[in-house]
Amino acid sequence: MVDEVNMILEMRKEDAAILLRHFRWNKERLIEDYMDNPPKVLEAAGLGPSSKSPARLEAIPGFMCDICCEDEEGLKSFAMKCGHRYCVDCYRQYLTQKIREEGEAARIQCPAEGCHRIIDAPSLDLLVTHDLAARYQELLNRTYVEDKDILKWCPAPDCENAVECAIKKKDLDKVVPTVACLCGNRFCFGCILNDHQPAPCELVKRWLKKCADDSETANWISANTKECPKCNSTIEKNGGCNHMTCRKCKHEFCWMCMGLWSEHGTSWYNCNRFEEKSGTDARDAQARSRVSLERYLHYYNRYANHEQSARLDKDIYTKTEKKMVQLQTASGMSWIEVQYLNSASQALQTCRQTLKWTYAFAFYLARNNLTEIFEDNQKDLELAVEALSEMFEKPIAELADTKLKVDIMDKTAYCNRRRIILLEDTADNLANGRWTFNVDLKSITPNASSGVNSRG
Amino acid sequence: MSSSQKRISKELQECMTTPPTGMTISLPSESNLHTWAVKLIGPPGSPYAGGSFNLSVVLPPDYPFKAPLVTFATRIYHPNVTNDSAGSICLGMLKAENWKPASRVRAVLDAIRQLLIEPNPDDPLEARIADEFRGAPREFEKNARSYVARYASGKK
Repeated sequence: MVDEVNMILEMRKEDAAILLRHFRWNKERLIEDYMDNPPKVLEAAGLGPSSKSPARLEAIPGFMCDICCEDEEGLKSFAMKCGHRYCVDCYRQYLTQKIREEGEAARIQCPAEGCHRIIDAPSLDLLVTHDLAARYQELLNRTYVEDKDILKWCPAPDCENAVECAIKKKDLDKVVPTVACLCGNRFCFGCILNDHQPAPCELVKRWLKKCADDSETANWISANTKECPKCNSTIEKNGGCNHMTCRKCKHEFCWMCMGLWSEHGTSWYNCNRFEEKSGTDARDAQARSRVSLERYLHYYNRYANHEQSARLDKDIYTKTEKKMVQLQTASGMSWIEVQYLNSASQALQTCRQTLKWTYAFAFYLARNNLTEIFEDNQKDLELAVEALSEMFEKPIAELADTKLKVDIMDKTAYCNRRRIILLEDTADNLANGRWTFNVDLKSITPNASSGVNSRG
Repeated sequence: MSSSQKRISKELQECMTTPPTGMTISLPSESNLHTWAVKLIGPPGSPYAGGSFNLSVVLPPDYPFKAPLVTFATRIYHPNVTNDSAGSICLGMLKAENWKPASRVRAVLDAIRQLLIEPNPDDPLEARIADEFRGAPREFEKNARSYVARYASGKK
């Protein structure tokens, strides 16, 4: 790309590279803007008006370095084309600090105050040690990935790969752009989180936030509180009798039947009146407000369960891994013959990951004709995964049984197949806008209010 | 790092012989060139007129490759200076990513004096004072003056 620009615009390669970086590697825009007004573009990119002489170190008579104030005869100095000249030592130390300590590369400016000229690679090579220049190059490469929207670093620890994916931000409500790095890590290109198919990024963000805010609190609220029938404040009954007085609205009611206390007559401490109208109404309202909470907990508990089970499956696998070795010696199976356990473990992990997110997805899904198919697919996969998980937990002696081995292999293949079917079906409907959600996928409002009022 | 000694003594000498407008510079300890004491006279026409502010300038060991650390030792009511005993200053050229080794302490001090004449409410350290500066300039001036009378009138 640098070569192309260098040819079209007839400039030095290193200048072309700086320009490209300034334009975030958008070649077309660079050329267009440059043709319009070359000096302006050069100035903005930190290239300024240039003279022709190549970069070199010089000893200029009577020179004094403005940084260290040294002025001895024969002091070697350097200046970029902006003409701001400093001694080699100062220049070197400046660059070293920028690169080593600040991790800066593409935007290192001339050391002069107010001069925005960017240092280019040949000048740098002239001034610094070899390994520093290498570090500089590495940082430059990094900016190439960071500047370009279609490239992202693989988030796996110690993985140095970048992954390319041409997905546009505005399409994230239609596609869940899951990518697999060469290192084996699968992640979402849209938000860099782990693979969260089939749920779109926006739902994932909301879900994670909601869970972080609510789940534990919500569980507790659900188990220990009721809402005031009049003002809906959440109330914890911390002891005492059934005659409740809401702290907020002073409404008096019975904890048992939720009806008006005034209707209780003299049956204090003993609520046996379930027929009065006010009580039924209040319980209805209570029930409705509970439903949304219960609904959330329904999905959350299943989501959390798969997350936990995936962890447990993994633990079992680490143990199994050791047993695989024993199995090899005990039953005379070869290494390749025990690999079916490995595939089973991997299938369990990926399928549980998918199942987990189907529950977050379902939480936001509004009911329509397609949701039933979705739920069927979900159920199918879930049953298969649980069955496989059970087989997988069998003691080592039974694992050696050929029948079980075949069963596990069959189930593994089945799980993988069901997962693909579920994902393809969901993705297809998503791309064609056939799902309806009870939240807006486009809006980037960070606070989707959760509907749980935890302070009474 | 001893190469910075030459630069620092040169800067100090310049600042002592021809001090920046409205300032006097001294060394609290003759043996330590890295800590300067600056007395800044409130610029005439600004709410700080008549005040005398002490500033501390600390030059880090790798100065001039690292920016100097400049703080107000005297309390001051200003959008860009923290309203506490630390007296930290928000000044663009002092930030690590903006600092250039060719920049001079004199330029920093001039910029700080300029900040007293023309506060920069868009980049505040004290958001409340910045709002007041923008929304109720009379109120702001009154407060700034009362701080001058309380802390910067020259009597300790």
